[in-house]
Amino acid sequence: MADAVLTSHPAAGVEPFGPRPRRVFSRRNIFLYGTLIMVSLYYLLPLYVMIVTSLKGMPEIRFGNVFAPPLEITFEPWVKAWSTACTGLNCEGLSRGFWNSVRITIPSVIVSIAIASINGYALANWRFKGANIFFTILIVGAFIPYQVMIYPIVIILREMGIYGTLTGLVLVHTIFGMPINTLLFRNYFASVPEELFKAARVDGAGFWGIYFRIMLPMSLPIFVVAMIIQVTGIWNDFLFGVVYTKPETYPMTVQLNNIVNSVQGVKEYNVNMAATLLTGLVPLIVYFISGKLFVRGIAAGAVKG
Amino acid sequence: MTSVLVKDLSLSFGAVEVLKKLNLDVQQGEFVVLLGPSGCGKSTLLNCIAGLLDVSTGQIFINGKNVTWEEPKDRGIGMVFQSYALYPQMTVEGNLSFGLKNARLPREEIAKRIARAAEILQIEPLLKRKPAALSGGQRQRVAIGRALVRDVDVFLFDEPLSNLDAKLRAELRVEIKRLHQQLANTMIYVTHDQIEAMTLADRIAVMRGGLIQQFDSPQAIYNKPVNRFVAGFIGSPGMNFLEGSIAAGPAFSADGVDVPLARYDFTATPVAGQKVSFGIRPEHVALNSGADWPFSARVKVDVVEPMGSDTLVWTKLGSHNLAVRVPTERMPASGDTVDIGFDPMRASIFDSGEGGRL
Repeated sequence: MADAVLTSHPAAGVEPFGPRPRRVFSRRNIFLYGTLIMVSLYYLLPLYVMIVTSLKGMPEIRFGNVFAPPLEITFEPWVKAWSTACTGLNCEGLSRGFWNSVRITIPSVIVSIAIASINGYALANWRFKGANIFFTILIVGAFIPYQVMIYPIVIILREMGIYGTLTGLVLVHTIFGMPINTLLFRNYFASVPEELFKAARVDGAGFWGIYFRIMLPMSLPIFVVAMIIQVTGIWNDFLFGVVYTKPETYPMTVQLNNIVNSVQGVKEYNVNMAATLLTGLVPLIVYFISGKLFVRGIAAGAVKG
Repeated sequence: MTSVLVKDLSLSFGAVEVLKKLNLDVQQGEFVVLLGPSGCGKSTLLNCIAGLLDVSTGQIFINGKNVTWEEPKDRGIGMVFQSYALYPQMTVEGNLSFGLKNARLPREEIAKRIARAAEILQIEPLLKRKPAALSGGQRQRVAIGRALVRDVDVFLFDEPLSNLDAKLRAELRVEIKRLHQQLANTMIYVTHDQIEAMTLADRIAVMRGGLIQQFDSPQAIYNKPVNRFVAGFIGSPGMNFLEGSIAAGPAFSADGVDVPLARYDFTATPVAGQKVSFGIRPEHVALNSGADWPFSARVKVDVVEPMGSDTLVWTKLGSHNLAVRVPTERMPASGDTVDIGFDPMRASIFDSGEGGRL
């Protein structure tokens, strides 16, 4: 009779024990991994084409084998894109645009995050009079299309005497980054237990004391999230860059556009590809360095407690 | 001497009135527990005393000083929270010293106070650890330490033991009581746990709907509740209530039950025919005692609930359910016929309308 008990599971022939058996090539796995591989290819193929093209010389490109790896690797196009590519009259390459972008991005990111985090902290923890109205206005601000505000801002900057300067563009980026970042920080700080804030008040910490000594050290992940959003957003910006600056102060994206779209002579695809990759490098590096913190920050903001 | 005095305190959030002209007078060195169901305003009252909420009207005095407009740090209070509220990025030592550094105390003084608090609470080995590396009981001890180092006259506890498991809660309860005996500070303690309230308090303020229903010693609240709410809220298992009316004699009469009330200590003059609730605690009803009680009856056992040391025996008196608490060794079986009896002197009688004690 004992045998009958042991073979009571006719399908497998064994008594179920431990984890359920899983087949590697199940229909589910094939579908899942098949989809993932397809999607990855779809996104990675253009990048691959760009990289190989940027490493080829012009004669090789004329053969027309877009997907073929370079026969002879050359970094000439990268050097040209960085230092000698021409936009209109001057031929300094992307390097000037790069430094302009750095000078725009760094102050914009620092100032906008500093202000937005204080805004979010005040809105979440110090329920001052009119806080809700202020917050509503800020959120509505996030939904107004940029194009509507372009011309009024031109006039405002002109009246302030900073139209066409980097300061003007920094100011514009700071203001436009405010709604989304304030929302981000407010929600994060609102998820910090209220009793912590109360305890700090009983301990005699004031507005700034609580912000710097309690809230700030607890919220590194959300600062990283805000930093990534701001760095990529401002670095990749084209519209504000082209409207509010002059040729000497063009950011990298505008200069890239001018290089790629210049109509004199032959189209140097390898230089264009190299220039594009160079421009995209900064956000890419930021993602790779802080990707883990980014995910942690997003999750921390989303889940209460 | 009065330590904390709350005078005609009201607080509204929009249209919701959370506290309604509330008065509370806490003596120096007294342990007062604010007890009540969720939403009765007990935590709100504590937050007002701490200065974490602005009051709508009324005044708060601490040690004779009007602190209604003072910041929490200037009120001479220390506070312990339910969720511990330790600063996660600081060590235990950092947590204890945070308030003192904000007050710009000299370094030696801070070290002295931390050493003393750590010794009292036996947390010396934990000083260099972060809160994440502590157990729940240790965290709450550190939170108490943070109030202790402030060297204040009044301690405020906001449900400090509610996040702990039953065993730790019992341990820390005793420790808080010991701490109070040692320090002799004024302590105001919010809880919804009546065992905590009964064991810790010198006086209990039972709250409901933003008002204090009764403010008295645990014994008085247990034996002579002022109204039906307090009677029903205090005691576990709860008081039995029989609905009926006053008959001549005076006596209490409900369908088929007549209890003589000659020995009952009335606080108001009963009127014959008045509708009343007659309350008697399960432990004040005797079962098969053989003694001669002013009221006795023969009833059938419905259900028996053994609870370890005691057993709750459910019977029917007339149409009312009646619970009787007996030692487990004298537990009857369900279906048995038993004799019950009690002394109306131990009972509480409440007006059926307003619920006030008669």
